[in-house]
Amino acid sequence: MEEKLTLFKNRKRFGIEKNIDIIFKNTALVLSSLVAIILLGIILVVFFQSFESFSRYGLKFIVTSEWNPVKDEYGAFTAIYGTLVTSFLSLLITIPLGVGTAIFITEDFVPKVFREIIGSFVELLAAIPSVVLGLWAIFVMEPFFRAFFVFLHNFFGWIPLFSTEPTGRNSLLAILILVVMLLPIVTSIARDSLNQVPKKLRNAAYGIGASRWKTIFSVILPAALSGIMAGVLLALGRAMGETMAVTMIIGNSNAFSWSLLSPGYTISSMLANQFGEADGSQVSSLFYAAFVLMILSLVVNIFAQWLVKKFSLKY
Amino acid sequence: MNSLYYQKRLSRNIGDKFFTSLSVICALIATLPLIFLVTYILIKGGSQITPELFTLEPNPPGDDLDAGGINPALIGTLIITTIASIIAIPVGVGGGIYLAEYSKGGAFSRFIRFGVNVLAGVPSIIAGVFIYALIVSTKILFGSMYSGLAGGIALSILMLPTVIKTTDEGLKLVPNELRYASLGVGASMYTTILKVTLPSAFRSIATGVVLGIARAAGETAPLIFTALFSYYYITGFGDLFYEMGSLAVLIYNFALEPYDAQNKLAWAASFILVLSILSVNIFSRILAAFTEKTKRV
Repeated sequence: MEEKLTLFKNRKRFGIEKNIDIIFKNTALVLSSLVAIILLGIILVVFFQSFESFSRYGLKFIVTSEWNPVKDEYGAFTAIYGTLVTSFLSLLITIPLGVGTAIFITEDFVPKVFREIIGSFVELLAAIPSVVLGLWAIFVMEPFFRAFFVFLHNFFGWIPLFSTEPTGRNSLLAILILVVMLLPIVTSIARDSLNQVPKKLRNAAYGIGASRWKTIFSVILPAALSGIMAGVLLALGRAMGETMAVTMIIGNSNAFSWSLLSPGYTISSMLANQFGEADGSQVSSLFYAAFVLMILSLVVNIFAQWLVKKFSLKY
Repeated sequence: MNSLYYQKRLSRNIGDKFFTSLSVICALIATLPLIFLVTYILIKGGSQITPELFTLEPNPPGDDLDAGGINPALIGTLIITTIASIIAIPVGVGGGIYLAEYSKGGAFSRFIRFGVNVLAGVPSIIAGVFIYALIVSTKILFGSMYSGLAGGIALSILMLPTVIKTTDEGLKLVPNELRYASLGVGASMYTTILKVTLPSAFRSIATGVVLGIARAAGETAPLIFTALFSYYYITGFGDLFYEMGSLAVLIYNFALEPYDAQNKLAWAASFILVLSILSVNIFSRILAAFTEKTKRV
């Protein structure tokens, strides 16, 4: 009896160990809350820094395109328009290319080894820093496409999108380099969602006599659609925030033009260009532009997450 | 009887052929730029590599035919990435531990996971703007404005979501039996995490973290107005509080210079950056494939 009691005397942990356990848990809690704090901090800091410009221009800032530090007049329409146009058009090119590649990788057209090589090749493309892509765009892509742009202007110049004489860097080049950057994102996410579609569905479609592409278009793609859409939205967020490659190749001009063959601006390239040398109310206006960019990418991002949660595959 | 054989001219077969070739073309268009890009960088950048490149300071742009080297930028990238890792790894691993081990599927962890995804989607230049407002313009770091330290902090914000996510997902893969066994023999929660779950998830976490570091090393946007750029050697600890060069910013600055010598330096820096990032990526890929194989046995 005595023995038993001494056995259980130590069944509670020592005070120190208990305290360490509590401290450990709370440290982890604080560290994980840090994410929310940083995120909130970014939003608040950028908002309050832009407050001066915000109260001066209000929403007029978004629709006027005069950006004149000398006259102290600021409007970011050109940059916002540039951000939206470059990201949407690049996405428009990327989606068919990326989904097509993903289908090629997930179907059995070529042996598995080749498909895996292509898959990891495309993923490696995502690892290349955007500044290096910008360098490549300046010295390789621009000369390569020059003749093609002249051709575009000569034959399709009546379309407003190609109405200016191409001179060096322009928005279309920015769109093309964005395609190179977005392809890996769209392809790898589309591939993952296509791979997740159960084999049963494919077999059922084949069983009732559907051809391969009938199966892909009417069964597999619809089943993978939510995942692909989420990937597309993530790519859209990336495209809107992408800075270096775009800044290096878009030409950085605040003069508004419908034409893709003229130099343009995006919010992020405006920030990269002007932030270092800005002072006074220009800084506040740049923060305002940054705030607009942040809201745009937040909306896209949150929508993507909602989409994944709402429509994730339930097989 | 005839209908049992494959008929080439059937519209469905023609359609199939058409779409198959379309997807082949897509795959070709997607992979060709990479092959072209990587070979171009390796050839163009590789041909600029000389021993002096690693030891000299870059000369200020001008009519100088000799551009100098990239030593300060190379060291700067190492320092800034190290600072970012020192901040992001403990915070990220700690946060990931809480998400995976303590608050498994609770409202808090759902909220934080959502925040991690949102933070991952914040444009990298916004991180730079944020740190500019918080640290650079307020001179909060002992009165210094642009500094390598500020650049490292900006980069750490970009690394943080990756580290948390890989820790969280790595720990989730650890089978619960291990936790039960450890707790069952009387270990406390923190001993279980530090001695059992974390070590068994170590490899997958390490792979993700290393990939995150490689990604951060090539980031430019958060550095251009936090760390700025410097032409001079990094000589001591105090240089942390001054402008610091990095390979990425060097490429950006020198690509836009009109002089050939500076452009060549940018290519050389790209060669080093791309080669190291790609080798880290390929190496961790092989490691991951190897791990998977051994696990299956």
